[in-house]
Amino acid sequence: MRGKVPDVMPLAKSPTPNPSRQGRGVKVKADPKPGPCATTMIPIHGLRLRAVLIQALRNFFIDRGYLEVETPLRIPAPAPEAHIVPLSSESWYLQTSPELCMKRLLAAGIPKLFQICKCFRKGERGDRHLPEFTMLEWYGAGSDYLGLMADCEALLRYLAAAMDKGGVLAWQGRKIALDPEWERITVAEAFRRYAPCSMEEALVRDRFDELLVEYVEPHLGLITPTFLYDYPAELGALARLSPVDPTVAERFELYVAGLELANGFSELVDSAEQRVRFLAEQEGIRLQGREPGPMPEVFLAGLETMPSAAGIALGVDRLVMLFAGADHIDQVVAFMPEGL
Amino acid sequence: MYSASDFRKGLKVQIDGEPYIMTDFSFSKPGKGQALYRARLRNMITGNAFEKTFRSNDKLEKAALEERTMQYLYCQGEEYIFMDNVSFEQLEISKAQLGDAVNFLTDNMDVEVLQYNGRPIGVTLPNFVNLKVTQSDPWVKGDTSGSDSKPVTLETGYVVQVPPFIEEGDKLQIDTRTGVYVTRVKE
Repeated sequence: MRGKVPDVMPLAKSPTPNPSRQGRGVKVKADPKPGPCATTMIPIHGLRLRAVLIQALRNFFIDRGYLEVETPLRIPAPAPEAHIVPLSSESWYLQTSPELCMKRLLAAGIPKLFQICKCFRKGERGDRHLPEFTMLEWYGAGSDYLGLMADCEALLRYLAAAMDKGGVLAWQGRKIALDPEWERITVAEAFRRYAPCSMEEALVRDRFDELLVEYVEPHLGLITPTFLYDYPAELGALARLSPVDPTVAERFELYVAGLELANGFSELVDSAEQRVRFLAEQEGIRLQGREPGPMPEVFLAGLETMPSAAGIALGVDRLVMLFAGADHIDQVVAFMPEGL
Repeated sequence: MYSASDFRKGLKVQIDGEPYIMTDFSFSKPGKGQALYRARLRNMITGNAFEKTFRSNDKLEKAALEERTMQYLYCQGEEYIFMDNVSFEQLEISKAQLGDAVNFLTDNMDVEVLQYNGRPIGVTLPNFVNLKVTQSDPWVKGDTSGSDSKPVTLETGYVVQVPPFIEEGDKLQIDTRTGVYVTRVKE
């Protein structure tokens, strides 16, 4: 199926002015904060491109034998993560990722599966963030993080062909070539090349994230997309450690034009080890003055029967931004929270 | 106190006893990592600016500034003249001190003049102002260029992104805190 954006698009119905906003001194809701895009502008063109891209995405996975699944958005025990805060839904939570349910399906005997769904993360709002956003996750039994990297290359090349991009994505003044071999660089090497100190020193001084964002990320994915891989073990709570170097987790991130697009890893399938990692994350949550949610006991029990596998999460809104040439995430979603 | 999640462009804070305005702000969060709030802060008295990355638990004090309601009269070169409606006292505020506010000032508009130690250092505008479109590419019905917005120029010289159907002469409501188009207003 060729996913072309239709040539003739009926003009959008002009949005009727919201009467409650007329007049001076009418206050916009104080929280969440208004973004740089007008709350009343619906990005019709962005939405049309988004729909075509998502259909192409579906076709890619269906053609390769992946089963599309839908797992519950509302769950009792999200995976504990020090820096991701779930939104409560009465005594349960809205998922921050479908990961735990997807892995239970792997354990139940579905070898290749994917899902495109909403995820919710408290307090994440910016040019590239929405508290409610769309994620694509796919898992493959018997695969590993190298297999996922190959999947990413095939996926982006397939989408670029479907959207008539001529093997190049243009974003924020850069042209990123998809057909040549993609850059691969370890986190340690990236810090050596771009950051003012080493990765180890950054971790010790608790400046890893800051230095990654300020010094490293702007250099990634500028000529071809870049895989940043082999993260320090402590930054891969659900990832399997490298059998060659246990200080490193088999985790990678995909960057295109400095934009973080996907996070994948070889899955940890040792239940005892996973519990230890979850306990460490819970401790991290307490250190920030928050109470952790319940330990995901059912998930941990299910890990016993999970096959060796790899899984990845990709930000669909950001993918659309890249294909639409949109600088701001507001330009590729129907409504931002501030516009509701 | 403002927490990091309150940070936005235009926020006025106090650091080491002096008032600063947040002239730029961006939120970042590398995968699985901590939220980072990067802000550019300009000293409202000296004009010196610096950048700093804040974390989720960081806070900044609200700027302790006196406010007084005044009316904008006119501008003369780099100086903008305001008048107190009660005392008829006039004062000047420089274009540099006004910052982005110059984009939204219209004659006889009431604003809150901010003072530090009795000296005016900036203004707070009403949340919304209505401004006329003075320049816009014409809207052709049936235009299939596929763009969701276009830039137009307003009577103050400010350029703003608007829906494609907006034309010259239209009056628009603008959110002064973010500088974005809200809606078209009927005269």
